[in-house]
This record gives sequence, structure tokens and C-alpha cells, in this order.
Amino acid sequence: MPANSSLRDRFERGLAAPICLTWELTYACNLACTHCLSSSGRRDPMELTTDEAKALIDEIASMQIFYINIGGGEPMIRRDFFELIEHAVSRKVGVKFSTNGTRIDEEAAKRLATIDYLDIQISIDGVDAETSDRIRGAGSYDAARRAMDNLRAANFGQFKISVVMTRESVEQLDEFEALARHYGAELRLTRLRPSGRGVDVWEDLHPTLEQNRRLYRWLLDRPNVLTGDSFFHLSALGQSLEGLNLCGAGRVVCLIDPVGEVYACPFVIHDEFKAGNVREGGFGSVWTNSELFRSLREPGSAGACSSCGSYDACRGGCMAAKFFTGLELTDPDPECVFGHGETALKAKRLTLRPSSSPDHSRRIPVSISSR
Amino acid sequence: MSVTNNDTFDVLAPWQLSTHVSLRDEAFGALAYHHDTRRLVFLKSRELVALVRELSAFESAHVALQSLVPVDQYDRYVAALKTLSSSEILSARE
Repeated sequence: MPANSSLRDRFERGLAAPICLTWELTYACNLACTHCLSSSGRRDPMELTTDEAKALIDEIASMQIFYINIGGGEPMIRRDFFELIEHAVSRKVGVKFSTNGTRIDEEAAKRLATIDYLDIQISIDGVDAETSDRIRGAGSYDAARRAMDNLRAANFGQFKISVVMTRESVEQLDEFEALARHYGAELRLTRLRPSGRGVDVWEDLHPTLEQNRRLYRWLLDRPNVLTGDSFFHLSALGQSLEGLNLCGAGRVVCLIDPVGEVYACPFVIHDEFKAGNVREGGFGSVWTNSELFRSLREPGSAGACSSCGSYDACRGGCMAAKFFTGLELTDPDPECVFGHGETALKAKRLTLRPSSSPDHSRRIPVSISSR
Repeated sequence: MSVTNNDTFDVLAPWQLSTHVSLRDEAFGALAYHHDTRRLVFLKSRELVALVRELSAFESAHVALQSLVPVDQYDRYVAALKTLSSSEILSARE
């Protein structure tokens, strides 16, 4: 439902609780995707225990947060994965989780199919193994397809195929749509952000201006393709895309990381955007009282975009994309559809880019076996 | 996805907040989330939220509106309830 402007103003001032709460369950991952937002790989010894995680779920339920987006790392690596999602669902907190699919064998698929209020997103980054594995590692595409086959065989129902839009994958839009149709799945496209390890690949992999324009028109024609409000910076091209079309960081979204740190959004795992820790007085007090979140809910300045007639459409774009490319938060989005971001970037060539604060990347390259 | 009572809203019938829906109060009104359709709906006034919460206590939506809503706003609220029933936030009471 497109928000009217008065409602959007309300959202920018923050809500009683997030609409969209992402919770990375673990930093452990059996893949090593080049664009990983959370620089995952190794488990952190300080990750929330099962009891702490369940208490957090209870608090989420009491705050009437309708559903949580679970990610990682690879969330299914946690031994208590099923225990936690079943606990959430029993509290009427819906679960949407993102997975690389490697752990969805026949047995896991059958168990997942028995759980109500559960949505699954399986990630691939190309419509063929060659393209996808370049980002996600050898064998990852076939593993994801096996997971999809297993879910279909278990009658899970409609799952989601989740794709990050890179310079390569954006050329395969129609094929992704066909693949989703093949499985009776929903297609979900999200924006490549220069966050986590993505900072190293963003410059080479983010879509070109021309590709972004094509993507925008493709999405306009397909309101049923999910985007998680990812591409609101493209709404400056004209008609708004589906969604709230605003930066929800600290206002309607936030992220809880595996050790309980609360960040403004899933794309800014960095000290500068850390609001507090759920271990210190619970999540609710961080959401309500964090000084960072309060400041994000203040009316923002249009900054360098104030003279642009499209500011009301794109609101200056994505905070994380600006931050990790070394731009000021008052600068245009680095992928501004009018090229203002590229101009701003060129002017700051020598700026040191911030890197993700916690880095759990593994030190050795990994590949998964294709059983 | 169920398509029952999507197209018609009988104001003389008994209605209720669907049992599949969670409602969360917000400064502007409330957020409603339908756990089956996964749809999020915004209720944009506190008066509308109060009406929705009270619907099940009345023998019909019409009687609820007569009791809770100023006469000159009757049509506006009927339209709002109709929208909510089309997105299955409201369900007909047996």
C-alpha cells in the first residue's frame, strides 16, 4: 500500500515498535559471499544463548512486532534454529528467514512445511551456477536449487527466491521471473549495498545508471515482485515504486546482530550506527530511548539534494550506501538516478571509506561440496 | 488466499476484527497485520481503531456506527470499514 505523505511523515518520526525487525541469528556461515552485508563467516563466541534468544522473542511478542526477518550468517547453522523459530511462531511472531539453502535437505524441508507463519527466502545471485557462484562460491547455486526442489517436494507452499541486483544479475530479470514461476515462488529483488564485504565489490558490481533505469521500469510493470522497499532511490525517476519509499533506519526498521547489538538497519553494521545492546535492559528500551534512533527520527535536512525537484520522491536515498562509499549523509545517494551521486563521489576520491566494524569473515577461502 | 466477503460489505451484518489479525496502536492510529495474507494495513485515525475494536460488541456494523460515530461522518466510516473488510482485516461474525 503506497503511503500518503502525511503517513510517511509519521513514519519518519518513528513508530512504537519496528514494522520490520531483522535479526541476524549467527555470524557463522558455510559460504563466503563476496557481498555479505554482515561480513559473516565465523561464529562469535558471545552470540546470544538459546535462553537469551527466547527471552528476546518473548519481548518482541509483547511489543506486538508482527514478524521478524531472520538472517545471518546462515541461520540454519545454529543448533537451536528450529527451537527458536518454533518458539517465535508459538508466540504469534511470524518468521521470515533468509538462507543459502544448503541445510534444507528433504527432512528439514518437511519440518519447515509443518510450521505456520513461516516464510523462506532462498538466495541466489544469478540464474545459472556460473553467474551466481562467482558471488556466492562454488556449489552454492546447485545447493540452493536442491533446497527449492526439496521445499517443493515437501509441499511447503510458496517460498521466495531472493536476488541481489548486480551488474550481472540485473541482466537476467526475465529469467529470474521464469525460474520463480517454475517453482510457483515469489521473486524478491534487493539492492546491492556497499556494506560489510560488499564495500570491496560494490564499485565493480553495482548496476549502471542505465541498468537502474531499466530495473525501475521492469519493477513498475511488476508490482508483485517483492523488493523490501530496496529501490526507493529509483522512485526519483517518476512514479513511486511499491512500498513506503523512505529510509526506515531507526524509524520503522532496525537490526539485532548475533551478539545482541542493535543497529539502525541491516546495512549499517558499524559503530556509528549502533544504538545499544539487548543485553542491557532489553530491546524495547533501545528502540525507544536510544539517542541515535531519536536523532534519526528528527526531521532531516535535504542537504545537497534540497535544490532537486525529486527529493520528495527519493528522500536523498539510502543512508548506508552513502556512508560506506565515503559520502556525507546529506549528499545524494551514490546511485542517484540523475548522476549527482557519481559527481559527489568523484569530488571525494581521496576520502577514506569506513569499513564494517565487526568482521567475522573467515581467513581461508571456502567451498562447499556438491553431494 | 480466501476471497470470502471481499466484494460486499453489508453494514447491517455483524462484523469483527479478524482472528488472524494483530492490531498495534500507534500515534497516528494503528497498524494491522494479517498473519495469513501477510498484509500490513494502516488505520489512520484513533477513532477508526476504537470502532474496529468495538465492532464485535454490536449486533451490526450499523449499530456500532450509530453508537460510536458522529452522524455526519457515518458514510466516511462505512467506506473505511468496507476497505478493511476487502483486505480481510474484518471478518463477518457468525
